[in-house]
Amino acid sequence: MNGINFIKDIVLPPLLEGTWVTIKLLVFSIPLGLLLGILIAGGRVYGNKIISFLCASFTVFFRGTPLLVQLFVIYYGLPSIGIYFSPFAAAVVGFVLCSGAYHSEYIRGAIQSIKSGQMMAAQALGMSKFKAIIYIIFPQALRRALPGCSNEIVYLVKYSSLAFMVTCIELTGAGKIIATRYFRYTEVFLVIGIIYLLMVSVVTRLLSIVEKKLKIPGLG
Amino acid sequence: MAENLLSIYEALPYLLRGSLVTIGLVGGALALGLTLGIPMAIGQVYGNKYSAGLISFYVWFFRGLPVLVLLFLFYFGLFTVLSLDLSAFTAGILVLGLRSAAYQSQIFRGAMQSIGEGQMLAARSLGMSKAKAAWHIILPQALRISLPGWSNEYSIILKDSAVTYAIGLTEIMTRGKFIATRTFKPMPIFLTCALIFLILTYGGVKLLNLLEKKVRIPGYGTEREGIY
Amino acid sequence: MQKDNTIVLRVEDIYKNYGNVEVLKGVSFEIKKGETKVIIGPSGSGKSTLLRCINQLTIPDKGRIWLENQEVTHTKKNINQFRQKIGMVFQDFNLFDHLNALRNVEIGLIKVRGMGKDEARQKAIEELKQVGLEEQANLYPAQLSGGQKQRVSIARTLAMDPSVILFDEPTSALDPELIGEVLEVIKKLALNGMTMAVVTHEMGFARSVANEVIFMEDGKIIDQGSPRKLFTNPEHARTRKFLSKITELYGRSAEKK
Repeated sequence: MNGINFIKDIVLPPLLEGTWVTIKLLVFSIPLGLLLGILIAGGRVYGNKIISFLCASFTVFFRGTPLLVQLFVIYYGLPSIGIYFSPFAAAVVGFVLCSGAYHSEYIRGAIQSIKSGQMMAAQALGMSKFKAIIYIIFPQALRRALPGCSNEIVYLVKYSSLAFMVTCIELTGAGKIIATRYFRYTEVFLVIGIIYLLMVSVVTRLLSIVEKKLKIPGLG
Repeated sequence: MAENLLSIYEALPYLLRGSLVTIGLVGGALALGLTLGIPMAIGQVYGNKYSAGLISFYVWFFRGLPVLVLLFLFYFGLFTVLSLDLSAFTAGILVLGLRSAAYQSQIFRGAMQSIGEGQMLAARSLGMSKAKAAWHIILPQALRISLPGWSNEYSIILKDSAVTYAIGLTEIMTRGKFIATRTFKPMPIFLTCALIFLILTYGGVKLLNLLEKKVRIPGYGTEREGIY
Repeated sequence: MQKDNTIVLRVEDIYKNYGNVEVLKGVSFEIKKGETKVIIGPSGSGKSTLLRCINQLTIPDKGRIWLENQEVTHTKKNINQFRQKIGMVFQDFNLFDHLNALRNVEIGLIKVRGMGKDEARQKAIEELKQVGLEEQANLYPAQLSGGQKQRVSIARTLAMDPSVILFDEPTSALDPELIGEVLEVIKKLALNGMTMAVVTHEMGFARSVANEVIFMEDGKIIDQGSPRKLFTNPEHARTRKFLSKITELYGRSAEKK
């Protein structure tokens, strides 16, 4: 069978199925990871001593260890204390926790970069601290954190391939299976590489559109 | 609990030997990335449009692909096609190093471009060639400026090194998985692996911070984003 | 100037320490409805701290504050309800940088007072008109001049329909040529009967607008009285000294403004 037909008929169909799984992983992980990052950052800056310490420890642990270890603990480790996840769910949990930790650092930095006068002015209008955080501080901080967070999201697109390490058959996993069966690693993984490059370009483009949409003169 | 501690105690020597492999792998990859990354950065900034274009393509390719895909592509694919009979360790250094070169070149490029044009002009006015000026004047400054980026790169490569588990390189994770499967004690074993990585990450970053302080020049702002 | 004798704001014996530094040492005064009180005094005399104590952005160590016969200090009531009624204009504007001028004015109405969007917009436009900035409604803070920023911040405060407005050196951060437009707006408010306390170094403004001038030094009120009395015939030597110094610094021109 010649190269082109081999790729078109044998390789592409399972790869596209795998791509679909990768996309589903990302659709769950990206927003939840961002949300977690916001909560952790908020807890670190505004929480009491205990909450702030817990949030800091969380960040130190998840930024200081490989995502692979985290996935192994979640998928292979947690069942020994009675918590079971499907491969897909384990991957999503790992991605959310890990990307949340990275997001939280960008968001925390952004919150702290906002002048104290903003909080004061909001309180002077009669806003509670909570309202001031939600309506005044966060909208500014999240915009400032966006470039960092976008980078993190692009990283996640690539690191989603580690889901395969906990037996979730996404794009890389589907490719590994096909490549092993036909012993054609180079072609298969080049195709996979192109698909990842495409996904990365699309996500980067989307994020830069979001960034432009949210852009405000003088903030950023 | 006691049982768990015992299994950690028994696994520890084996895992620690794995960390030596990890350290060797990371050291090798960083060194390879450095030796390739600097000339690439210079080529991208000062080279003609062909060399700059070629380097940009290289950077785009290696930064756009997941490390796992690169490992599979090179170890099972290209290296075999080229009938290079490489050990997993050598292959790991090559792949992580080639990839790191892409990232490191961009760290240096940013640093070089942040240095004012006046430096180059002054060097050229002394009669230095462009290459000499880049080597003697721009590079020493750029290296200092890029140190924070570099310690960040260390922590990234260290964590990425765990992925070489997928090609059976006997570093920390491969050994951890092996013991976990045999002892049926995945939780304590993987948490121990995590702890080793934590120590390597933050210990290494601390050391690089010390180095950064040592080579600091007064008035050179190397304010870094805290990765602790 | 419409004025009756209802007391809007009463400040009673306020003390505030920061560590060992006594910033306020027993300050008392009151403002009647429609009155403009100007507070002057050297830097570090506690004027800004006093204003922040009034709306409890700084909590005083001792003393009581009353707004329209309700106690603001030691209250069980939500302080945020008082803060709506006590407007504040800051030296460095503190406009919300992520919102355009119109939305800066709206946000308190919508999020604090729970007003509907259309109504809030209507009112915000009215307030921007008051300060002469309806044209700039869609510009963001970074696109406004300092004077325009301060006028937007005044509109933002006005929108809450406050019983009293506190101005904390509203023109100190402005380039000289932009000071006039802001003072003009404040003067107009005074003529319309707004109750205000203004901390400022603009003596000409104090002279022409204030019903009463308070001179503070070292955490205490040293002198107070009508501008005519204070500026032409101050009771205390320290007041006189301060006034001659400030005239030297800011020049006669500032006085004539």
